[in-house]
Amino acid sequence: MTPLAALIRRDIKIALRVGGGALIGVLFFLTVTVLMPFAIGPDLPLLARLGPAILWLGALLASLLTLDRLFTADHEDGSLDLIVMGRTPLELACAAKALAHWLAAGVPLIAATPVLGLLLNLDAAATSAVALTLLVGTPALTFTGMIGAALAVTLHRGGLLLAVLVLPLSIPVLIFGVAASQAAIAGPLSFGTPFSILCALSLVSFVVGPFAAAASLRHGLD
Amino acid sequence: MFSGLDFAAASGEVLAVVGPNGSGKTSLLRLIAGLLVPGGGSIGLEGGEAELTLPEQSHYLGHRDALKPALSVAENLSFWRDFLGGATGDVKECLTAVGLGHATYLPAAFLSAGQRRRLSIARLLVVRRPVWLLDEPTSALDTAGQGLFVGVMREHLASGGIIVAATHTPLGIEASELRMGGGK
Repeated sequence: MTPLAALIRRDIKIALRVGGGALIGVLFFLTVTVLMPFAIGPDLPLLARLGPAILWLGALLASLLTLDRLFTADHEDGSLDLIVMGRTPLELACAAKALAHWLAAGVPLIAATPVLGLLLNLDAAATSAVALTLLVGTPALTFTGMIGAALAVTLHRGGLLLAVLVLPLSIPVLIFGVAASQAAIAGPLSFGTPFSILCALSLVSFVVGPFAAAASLRHGLD
Repeated sequence: MFSGLDFAAASGEVLAVVGPNGSGKTSLLRLIAGLLVPGGGSIGLEGGEAELTLPEQSHYLGHRDALKPALSVAENLSFWRDFLGGATGDVKECLTAVGLGHATYLPAAFLSAGQRRRLSIARLLVVRRPVWLLDEPTSALDTAGQGLFVGVMREHLASGGIIVAATHTPLGIEASELRMGGGK
């Protein structure tokens, strides 16, 4: 098995086992979405209009929830030292870790979206539009969030600092994700424009995220 | 932290880094491992694989064991074998060599401190690296474990390896000594 495949496999295994974070994110997503209709009230058209935004916010917060452990867990047990020393370029190792995190924590969120869409009075077309935008947009959340996760190791602060660092970076993703979903549901804008920008944001994060995270880890270890 | 340090270790040699707490033994090992950036000076390996850096040809056995409690003993070791790459050995054989053959499928969460250390030592065996950087390698090991580790080190030296070990207790193996200064 290649080093990167081994890293991805290990991280997914840990996330899916007891104590891993994969299901926590989905539970959080479920909680946020289930509580929303109770807070907003039984106004079905209003729920349908807010639905994509609620789903996107829920997914954003749920993916942040487990992201701060991306590097701190490896830092605490010493694995990060060996990963930095290894023959695999650190940038690729970071990208592999982010991919594993997305597969274990991001994909379940997307899979849960059709179920949660029902609770928000979204029809099949609207739900699939939201799921599609999440599929394209959540990698951007993970890969930009990874920069914050690496800084959290460097600065010896986890949790809240990550949210403060990462949330501003994820605002564009949120804007275009919701805009694309709304465009698909109600118009009048075309779906293609915000969706293309969302794709572009993801692609940019694939390039910038691993390099920024690796640079932060290299200079921050002690 | 320290300056004016000049040392060398040849193939088949052990360099024991000794000194009081806070004298910079761990920092020195982490410098060699490339995990800290030196303020000045240079560290190099002569006659290694030319296209690889010194850290890429080194094993670092630190205070922390780099084990995941959720994974089994064999999964932990197989991961490091696959990730570190290079010339690798058989996971089962290496586990037997460090006395963990019976615990292959046990989650690492259930291991004692000494067993965790043994599993880290198995990492040194499963992937071949010419340079071993060991930080307090025998802490947490029982007498039998220490004896076993001496055997492991001897084998490594016989195959031309280099060991740099920070230690308080005698390693049980003939070594040249690098004494670090007071805790400044």
